[in-house]
Order: sequence, then C-alpha cells, then structure tokens
Amino acid sequence: MRPRVLLCFVPVVAAGVGIWAGRALPLGSPAQAAPSVDSCTTCHQSLTGKLAAPAEGMTEDVHGRAELRCAGCHGGDPARSGMDAHDLSAGFAGVPDRRQIPRQCARCHEDPGLMRRFNPSLPTDQFARYLTSEHGKRLAAGDRNVAVCTSCHGVHPVRAVSDSRSPVFPTNVPATCARCHADAALMKPYGIPTSQFAEYRESVHGQALLRRGNRQAPACNDCHGNHGAVPPGVESVANVCAQCHRATRDLFVRSPHKKAFDTLGIAECTVCHGTHDIAFPTDVMLGQEQGSVCLQCHPAGTPGLRAAVEMRGTLEEVKAAIAQAEAVLKLAAGAGMDVGDARIDLDEATSQLIRARAVTHSVNLLDVGRVAAAGLTAAGRARAVGEAALAEVGFRRRGLGVSVAVIAFVAVLLWLKLHELKRTSQ
Amino acid sequence: MSVQDWLNERLRYEAAQAVLEKKTVPVHRYAVTYYTGGITLFFFVVQVLTGLLLLMYYRPTSDAAFESVRLIISKVRFGWLVRNIHVWSANAMVGAAVLHLAATFFGRAYRKPRELTWISGVLLLGITLAFAFTGYLLPWNTLAYFATKVGTEIAGDVPIIGRGLMVLLRGGEDITEATLSRFFGIHVAILPALATVLLGVHLVLVQIHGMSHPISVRVTGEERFFPEFMLRDFIVWVVLLGGLAVVATLWPWPLGEKADPLAPAPSGLRPEWYFLFMFQTLRILPAHIAGLEGEVVGVTLFALAGLVLLLVPFLDRWAQRERSHPLVSALGAAAFAFALLMTALALVKGM
Repeated sequence: MRPRVLLCFVPVVAAGVGIWAGRALPLGSPAQAAPSVDSCTTCHQSLTGKLAAPAEGMTEDVHGRAELRCAGCHGGDPARSGMDAHDLSAGFAGVPDRRQIPRQCARCHEDPGLMRRFNPSLPTDQFARYLTSEHGKRLAAGDRNVAVCTSCHGVHPVRAVSDSRSPVFPTNVPATCARCHADAALMKPYGIPTSQFAEYRESVHGQALLRRGNRQAPACNDCHGNHGAVPPGVESVANVCAQCHRATRDLFVRSPHKKAFDTLGIAECTVCHGTHDIAFPTDVMLGQEQGSVCLQCHPAGTPGLRAAVEMRGTLEEVKAAIAQAEAVLKLAAGAGMDVGDARIDLDEATSQLIRARAVTHSVNLLDVGRVAAAGLTAAGRARAVGEAALAEVGFRRRGLGVSVAVIAFVAVLLWLKLHELKRTSQ
Repeated sequence: MSVQDWLNERLRYEAAQAVLEKKTVPVHRYAVTYYTGGITLFFFVVQVLTGLLLLMYYRPTSDAAFESVRLIISKVRFGWLVRNIHVWSANAMVGAAVLHLAATFFGRAYRKPRELTWISGVLLLGITLAFAFTGYLLPWNTLAYFATKVGTEIAGDVPIIGRGLMVLLRGGEDITEATLSRFFGIHVAILPALATVLLGVHLVLVQIHGMSHPISVRVTGEERFFPEFMLRDFIVWVVLLGGLAVVATLWPWPLGEKADPLAPAPSGLRPEWYFLFMFQTLRILPAHIAGLEGEVVGVTLFALAGLVLLLVPFLDRWAQRERSHPLVSALGAAAFAFALLMTALALVKGM
C-alpha cells in the first residue's frame, strides 16, 4: 500500500479516537488560526483526489479569506511538517464528527466578540436557533441523517451567503433544501412528502425567484426559518405570509373568515392559496365558476357564495371599464394622438382594481365597492381622454378634407389662369 | 391717384416687373427639372414660417424641451399641424435639394458663367443638412439624443480637428443641455442668417444668368418667366401644400420618449434617412485601412467628396468647352447609386 493511501486513514482514526475519548474537540484556537507556516495546505495540495480537494477549495473559502485555516476546524499543528502535523496532542481531530459540526461552527459563530472582528453584521444566534429546529432536535436525539451546518452551507469552500455560487444564496436555497427533502428514500422514515420542491418550482413564488431571479420572492427559509427551521403550524401560517402580504393579512383579520377559521382550526391563507404550490391568484378563484375556492366551504345559494359572486361582479365591472378605456386609448394613440396623460388615470384604475382584489379578503362588500368605484372613476377619466382624442382625430380629418378641397380649387383656378394666358399670348 | 400708382411711385415695382417679363425659360424635354429649385425654396419658406410659430412655445432646456414640444402637439391650437408640417417639410426640403442638385449636375448647369450659382447651391445644401442635423435634437427625445451622440462622434473622426470639432459641437465632452442650447442657437439664428445671405446670392445669380439648359438637349422654344413659369411654380407649390397637409394630418410624426442620458442606447439606432448612406459606409469599413482607423479614412473620403462636389465647375473641363462628357455623368450616377445602395443596405439591416 502506498504511503499516500495510508494517509487517508489517519484523520478517520484520529477522529475515532477523539470521539471515543468523549471530549469536546480540542481544536486550535481560531484567534491563532493564521500560522506563518501552513503545512496542511502545502502537503494536501501535493496529494490527489479527496485528500487534495479541501486544500484546493480553501482558496475560495470565506474562512480562508478571513485567515482561518485548516487547523481552526481540524486541529493539529500546521507549523510542523508531514505527518507530524497530525499531532493528537495538538488537538488533531481529522474529519469532524457530523454530530459535532454545529457546536464546532458555533465556537466562533456564537461569539459576538470574535465575529465582530470579521463580519459584525452576522447574527450570532444561529446555533441557539438550530437547537430549536427539527434538524437540531433530531440531531441531538442521535439522528445522523439530518442537516447540519455543512449540509446547507457546503464545505471546502464555504462561500458567503451573498456569493451567488453559495448553496444558500437566495436563488439556490430551494434546490439545496430539495437535495434532502426531494429524496424519497431519505424522507421515508420521517413520513414527509417529497413533492414540495416540484410544487414550489411551478408556484408564483418559485417562478419569480427561480425563473425571473426576483430575490424579493420567498425561498423555503423565508417561511420555514433558516437555522430554526420548523414547519409553520396552523396558528402561525398567516403570520408567515404577512411578512410580505401585511395589508392583505390585516384585511383578512377583519373578515368573518378569521373567527370561523380560528374556531374550526383551519390554517388561514393556505386554505384558498395552497402551500408550496401557490398559484398566481386569479379572479376565477372568487365566485362560483369552476376553479372557485369559495365553493370549498360555501355551497350554491348560501349567503357566503352570494357575497363572493357579488364581489366578483364588482371586479369584472372595473376590469371591463379598464379594457374599454385601453381600447379607446390604443385607437387614439394609433392615430398619432398624445394620450400619455390618460395613462396616469389608467394606471390609477389598475391600482384600484388590485386594491379591490385585496379588499375581497375582508369580505366587506361596501369596502370592495368603494375601492372599485374609485377604479371606475379613473378608468372613466382615461376613456374620456381617449374619446376626446378620437373626436379631435375626426375634426382634423374633416378639416383636412375641407383644406384639400380649397387647395385643389385654388390649383384649378391657377391652372385655368395659366391656360387663359397661353391662349391670349397665342 | 389709384393705390397701384401710389405704390408704384414709391416701390418702382413696375421696373422689376418689366425685368421679369423680359426673362424667359427655355423649353425642352427636361424643362420639368426647373421646378426642383422652386420646390426647395417653397419648403424653405414653409420651414421659416412654421419654425417661427414653433419658437413661440419651444423651450431649449433639457428639462423643458421635450415637454414644450409635447405641449405644442397636444395643447396648443393647431400646434400639432405646425409641428408635423415642420418635420415633414424638413425631410421634403432635403429631398428636394438633393433632386435639385442632381438636375443641375446632370444638366451641367454649373458651367460658365454659373460657377458661383453652383457653389452657393452646394453650400445651401450643406446648410440644409446642418438645419436637419441640429433640428433633429431639439425635441430632446431618446432617438434624437443618441443619434446626435453618434453623429457628433463621427464629426470627431475628422482628421486633426475632429476632437475639437466634436467638443465645439457638443459644448463639452458629452451631449448635455449645453449641446441642446447651442444646437438651438445654430438652428434658429446662425443657419437662418447664413441661409438668407446665400439664398439671396443664389436667387440673384439665377436672375442675372437665367436658366441654363442641358448642353446636348435641343431647345424647342422659350416661355416667359413671368407670369407663365411663375404661375406653374405656384400651382406646384399649392399642390405640395396640400400634400403636406395630408401627410401631416394622417401620419403625425411621433415624438417618442424623453431622452434619458443615463439609459442605454436603444437597439437599432440609426440616423435619419439623409445621413444613412454615410452611417452605413462607415459601418462596413474595416477597423483599419493602411494603418489608419477605418472611420477616420471614411470621414476623410466624405470630406474630400464634398470638396470635389463644390469644385465640380472647375474640374469638369469638358463642360467649360460646352461639351457633355459621359465620364462626368457616369461618375455622378455612380455616386448617386452608391448613396442609394448604402441607404437601402442600412434600411434592410435595420429591419
């Protein structure tokens, strides 16, 4: 067996010894993690395969750039050369035990004084939160399959969250979570479905984040939490959605649905909008057509469904008014008329329509009608501008007809005069 | 004493009328080309009149220019008509001036003693293009802004004085309000003054020397300038006025979007049709020609071509001896064909 292959076993054996001894990992202090001589990198760079990979990856590692070297996590004495660096008495631990990783990362990351030296904006409660998460609880119970820090953040290199190549960069988060949560075999013992990522990818949020790169759109962690990841319970779903949809949530709280949902123990927003598969909301969801979510609870003929139908009718009225105004303005613009000012009214009408859609969450017909009326007024103003522009086009064309007739008449008179001159000169 | 006699005593217009009545116009198969000069003059007069009306509302600042043009076309009574006629007539004037140049060139109307008439005409064509170039920026819309940027960059490629010329035109390194305000000044004061003087010289010379006729064409007779030819001119002008009213009403010239110097240049950017041949030629030239920058070589060649055009009366020795040499016609035709081809190429590539 070649000496390089033998080297592979050294960290494994060393880690085993460490764990067997049952002591906390006696690693090098991060404060002294920038030795003048770093034999770890020198030696591992000369190796091949997975023994060389960590040394290569460290060149892009956020810790490496912050002068934290191998010994900071793996222990040992980098000032010594060759296998002497793997000195157990210097705390060499080799590959850290998976169950120890969160605590090991926390040695630095929960120390505000230390973190201030490198990145004062980083929170220092990740480990505390992790312990409250499903992942943390199960790890503490001895489950080695759950996610630890490196499962999400990667290792060799660990990249900054702001680095678009990081697995926890906002647009990469769903795929990172899906590595485990879409794995049917891995999830089977927990009885968790594995369709979340596929559903999310097609949802309004997934499309915004993954296809359009809109980082305002939520990824998994925005609803489930980062380090303290838990599924939001029935009682907290509305709070989670309200992080972004605050106005809609406030409207919902004032609605009769709130009390009814609380009484029945129904999760609020998700009943109508779904969870991971939240589709782009359409007006069809309101009313009694196929696709209406109201029909889930309100059978035909009930007051609830009648209210829904009435609200839908109000929205359709505003939509029709906007469409008519748009058509008139398009005609006028096509005829070369400047109707830019009417666009402001049309935008106002569209804003009121969006507001009216939001107000339907209050199930207050008067409020919906009031907002819709404002939309109708704005659309009416826009249409009036378009109609006035079209009337002006008509006036211009009639004027052109008269002008051309006069001009033609003058031209004929001149031609007759010319003819007469020619005749007299002959 | 009648009003006519009273006026004649003071203005002596009967003397001018007598001169006009003696003036004749040759009649031949290409006599129709004589109208091109009058047509160009008609469009010039339309430009002056509509330009004066636009001046009452236009404001030459980067903040207000676009809005003032918008005000003219949307709120000022008949402002839309005045602005649309001004833009359409500007384009028509360039076309008419080019047609007039072609008619004069192929008819060898520049031969002795009309060399100065030709030179004043070529200079007037240059002024017409300068009017078009400076006027294009005034609405301060996106297309105008970036087209002017490209146009002044081309001016910057003129050897030796290029950079200075570009800074002079722009009023600085970039297209800013300083550019707008000096383009406005050039458009409404400097160019009109130059055009008035040169047009006066041009018209006086035409009256002194009369209408030239092509060398090899048989003149079948002559017609009085006043009133017969002038009446025909009027008829053409009246018809053109009607044409302008039709296009200005049915095809309003779009105003576009307000210029945003921080926005990226729109795709497919190209100058107006009368500069397309130059734009396309510079675009297809290789980056380097004989160790010099391709664009510099191109601009130099165009400058030389302009000089040759100006000096045609002195270069065409055959015409001086009343001979119409086919080589001159061939060279002229080749130049026009080249300009047409480049324009067509630019239009096709821009689609």
